[in-house]
Amino acid sequence: MSVHTLSVLVENKPGVLARVSGLFSRRGFNIESLAVGPTENPEISRMTIVVAVEDLPLEQVTKQLNKLVNVIKIVELEPSTAVQRELLLVKVRADATVRSQVLETVQLFRAKVVDVSPEALTIEATGTADKTSALLRMLEPYGIREIVQSGMVAIGRGAKSITASAIR
Amino acid sequence: MTSATSRARARSGGSPAGGSAKPAAPPKPAPPAGTPVRLTGAQSLVRSLEAVGVEVVFGIPGGTILPAYDPLLDSTKLRHVLVRHEQGAGHAATGYAQATGKVGVCMATSGPGATNLVTPLADAHMDSVPVVAITGQQSRSLIGTDAFQEADICGITLPITKHNFLVTDPAEIPRTIAEAFHLASTGRPGPVLVDIPKDVLQEQTSFAWPPEMHLPGYRPTLRPHGKQVREAARLMTTARRPVLYVGGGVIKAQASEELKQLAELTGIPVVTTLMARGAFPDSHDQHLGMPGMHGSVAAVAAMQRADLLVALGARFDDRVTGKLESFAPDATVVHADIDPAEISKNRKADVPIVGDCKEIISELIAAVQAEISGGRKVKLDDWWTQINAWRQTYPQGYDWPADGSLSPQYVIERIGQLVGPDALYVAGVGQHQMWAAQFISYEKPGSWINSGGLGTMGYAVPAAMGAKFGKPDKQVWAIDGDGCFQMTNQELATCAIEGAPIKVAVINNGNLGMVRQWQNLFYEERYSNTDLGTHAHRIPDFALLAEAMGCVGLRCETREEVDEVIQKAMGIDDRPVVIDFVVGKDAQVWPMVAAGTGNDEIMAARGIRPLFDEDEVSEREIS
Repeated sequence: MSVHTLSVLVENKPGVLARVSGLFSRRGFNIESLAVGPTENPEISRMTIVVAVEDLPLEQVTKQLNKLVNVIKIVELEPSTAVQRELLLVKVRADATVRSQVLETVQLFRAKVVDVSPEALTIEATGTADKTSALLRMLEPYGIREIVQSGMVAIGRGAKSITASAIR
Repeated sequence: MTSATSRARARSGGSPAGGSAKPAAPPKPAPPAGTPVRLTGAQSLVRSLEAVGVEVVFGIPGGTILPAYDPLLDSTKLRHVLVRHEQGAGHAATGYAQATGKVGVCMATSGPGATNLVTPLADAHMDSVPVVAITGQQSRSLIGTDAFQEADICGITLPITKHNFLVTDPAEIPRTIAEAFHLASTGRPGPVLVDIPKDVLQEQTSFAWPPEMHLPGYRPTLRPHGKQVREAARLMTTARRPVLYVGGGVIKAQASEELKQLAELTGIPVVTTLMARGAFPDSHDQHLGMPGMHGSVAAVAAMQRADLLVALGARFDDRVTGKLESFAPDATVVHADIDPAEISKNRKADVPIVGDCKEIISELIAAVQAEISGGRKVKLDDWWTQINAWRQTYPQGYDWPADGSLSPQYVIERIGQLVGPDALYVAGVGQHQMWAAQFISYEKPGSWINSGGLGTMGYAVPAAMGAKFGKPDKQVWAIDGDGCFQMTNQELATCAIEGAPIKVAVINNGNLGMVRQWQNLFYEERYSNTDLGTHAHRIPDFALLAEAMGCVGLRCETREEVDEVIQKAMGIDDRPVVIDFVVGKDAQVWPMVAAGTGNDEIMAARGIRPLFDEDEVSEREIS
């Protein structure tokens, strides 16, 4: 199975997320991650959906998504031609004895400390899934107390935009 | 859409006496089209339904939909048919839509009223029937509080409707209704639900027609791609063993005339699926019958041995293909459908064509003509020799029961012969449905109405009622089973009171016949819970039940009575008629491809497997 990133432009209306996620579960497709937010047009939201499926089922899921009345446009973003980012917040055990080592790791990954307490640091990192999981591996030995991650968002490289051509 | 300023203006200019009954007031001139008028959300709903051309609404009032029923009383354009159960309203709307090609409309209150529509909506969704359901909902402030008769019907019907709406602003009612009817009836048709909270129906609003629709994500493809059509035409004129595999989409697209032209132009054999019976005349020599689990041997064998399948508005349903891996192994597939998601869903299409079947077939005719005038000759003589051999060796037929009981197939066959091809036939689900598909000759599109995809037992009586309201001048015959009939026969009372004189032929074998057939074949004749006791105890007595419902109840138990009782029923037109045909319980539906097996294993009758015949194998090797 290969991982595919779908950018889905939908009408910004109540229940649209349920329609999309319901379609995935009812047709037997697993969502790896899903992120949704507003766009430059207040009437339109953009979802970034990451799915692990073969090519043929992917075609089927795209067609089924396109049938949803509130779905305006679907574009598959190839990793090579898109910028992909996830946000990670992680709380790591870090007392005075190891704090400087943890901070060194944070710097290496160009991450940020967003909260400090005597026993723990909270670190914010953005990047590809590879980068955030590498950071987590490095922090693991110190003791990870809590993790929260966003779904992936992605945008195509270059001057071309997805939104512009979708609104008529 | 109406602007806020026009609303405010209408409010300040409204007559203070508006609504009170003042005698001898001169009729106000009708405002010009497009000018907003003040009214309640409920009145706006009724005006909108009138404006989209609705003639009949099937429904039952209740708490939250009550406001909508008040202006309904004054409407001269809308006829409301008060049914006995919301499921009946839903199937009636489906039957109406199937019979007329127009959108069927049903209405129910919130909570249980709405959830009773779930089965008919799922049914209409599977069979792509244009239906709009209007449901009441609890007032906006109560939504989400588990209020009395509250159910999240939009959430519940999400997977079984083409789309649904929750209206939260009365000003949105006209546009939502216009969009609902547009969605239901265009592209691949389907059911649309509009859920309206009670306070939205009660609130003052403005109404203007036509509203502007806003559906940026809905653009069905109607015109096919020219290159694909030409490729299909080339294949159709070069194939040696082609088959036109016709589905319900051809009836929905009203493309029967074009289909006949295409078939006659190419000489290609035609099969019509359960949903497409009537799309191509049964009497036509190129028609091989129905494919699939209970299809004719010729239809199933032709598809299995085909080198080209041209699927028109069909969806390669498992009941047609049998085991997918062994379905039509040598065939190149041309798949034409209005829904792109159907193409290559089950069987990969070599030539996909997305578009409306009427357009596609018209363009195919032109493209095939171009091929022929370019010197191409369609050579199908060997193929027809083979097909005719199948047809002669394995004609559609049945044996009389050994115990001397009445043959259900004979009853259904005689109904078809005596009533003729101008009537509408509506079936439930089970053995009687298959026999009605096999032994009645359909000549016209829309003359056969049934529940194909969902297989909804209890469909026949309410759907026949709906069909009768849609086509009051046609004879409408429900062919029902005794199991199905006991699920929805309460609508006979509706038929009797509201004036829908349908005929119901209950093929009463006292059992859940199709289940019993499977128990006979696959469960070592262990008949678990399939005997309804209808025979042993005559409970219920269907003839007496019919009389109690205001219908004429007749009974027929012998071969000699069959014609007489059918003719008697045909002669009664002031009331519905129910005929209790007491038939044998051991009759079975043949041919049959057992579930989960490949179509090559079709059995013409018990123990007879035509495609394993040695001659056939050698025939296949040389071709």
